[in-house]
Amino acid sequence: MVVQALAFYLFATVAVLSATAVVTVRNPVHSVLLLILTFFNAAGLFVLLGAEFLAMLLVVVYVGAVAVLFLFVVMMLDINFVEMRQGFLNYLPIGVLIAVVLFVELALVGAGWTLTDEAVAVLAQPTPAGLTNVEALGQLIYTDYVYIFQAAGLVLLVAMIGAIVLTLRHREGVRRQKISEQVKRTRSDTLEVKKVPVGRGI
Amino acid sequence: MEIGLAHYLTVAAILFTLGIFGIFMNRKNVIIIMMSIELMLLAVNINLVAFSSFLGDLVGQVFTIFVLTVAAAEAAIGLAILVVYFRNRGTIAVEDINMMKG
Repeated sequence: MVVQALAFYLFATVAVLSATAVVTVRNPVHSVLLLILTFFNAAGLFVLLGAEFLAMLLVVVYVGAVAVLFLFVVMMLDINFVEMRQGFLNYLPIGVLIAVVLFVELALVGAGWTLTDEAVAVLAQPTPAGLTNVEALGQLIYTDYVYIFQAAGLVLLVAMIGAIVLTLRHREGVRRQKISEQVKRTRSDTLEVKKVPVGRGI
Repeated sequence: MEIGLAHYLTVAAILFTLGIFGIFMNRKNVIIIMMSIELMLLAVNINLVAFSSFLGDLVGQVFTIFVLTVAAAEAAIGLAILVVYFRNRGTIAVEDINMMKG
């Protein structure tokens, strides 16, 4: 129990500190790396909550895909980040004000909220006993939520196609292989047999 | 020293607030704004998983998977738009993005 509490405080503290650094450090590359640290610690919190599958998913999807995508974009674009940070301190009062107001509101909601007995009785999908987290989630996703699961796949497909369509460009003056045209080529397009009479040219 | 639901909700609330704070502080840098949005989605995910775990209801975790999917799609499309915008304009300053006067 003590180990669990210590682990919670470790993960939570590192997550909050690195999240603070994400939005305040000067260098966006450091910002992305700190975002990765935040996600790792959030995955640790998920493990403490007993959601191992989601923890691994967070590491694979966020750290492996999203954060690396951010890193690529930050490093590939040639941007003057010093210029970007001008006015940072001008926004500090309004930013702190809105953050404090929002946090107080969230705290009030959290403090004024209690769980009734009826709410516990009407669980949609109670966690089955004796199954691992992955097993239980799989039995749920592939049965009751299979249509939503397919819709999620569709969202990812549309996002993939959209990203390709947005960023693909054909440069003028660059010769490249066009396989469809090569395959479509027939003999009659390129070759013509002429009967040439003897003694005369064409 | 029992770690309860309130502890996780507090962490999620702090992360969400930091996301909002980041959006307001980095008004010029779209990349940091998108990272702040990712932080806020992470806070929401922590909330969902915490409730799912403490109430013993698995639907929260199922929903988290879909939030994760949408977040990944959003990041991919957002960064693609950012790359196209940078290619056309040579800058990613947010205040310049008013071409469509929306």
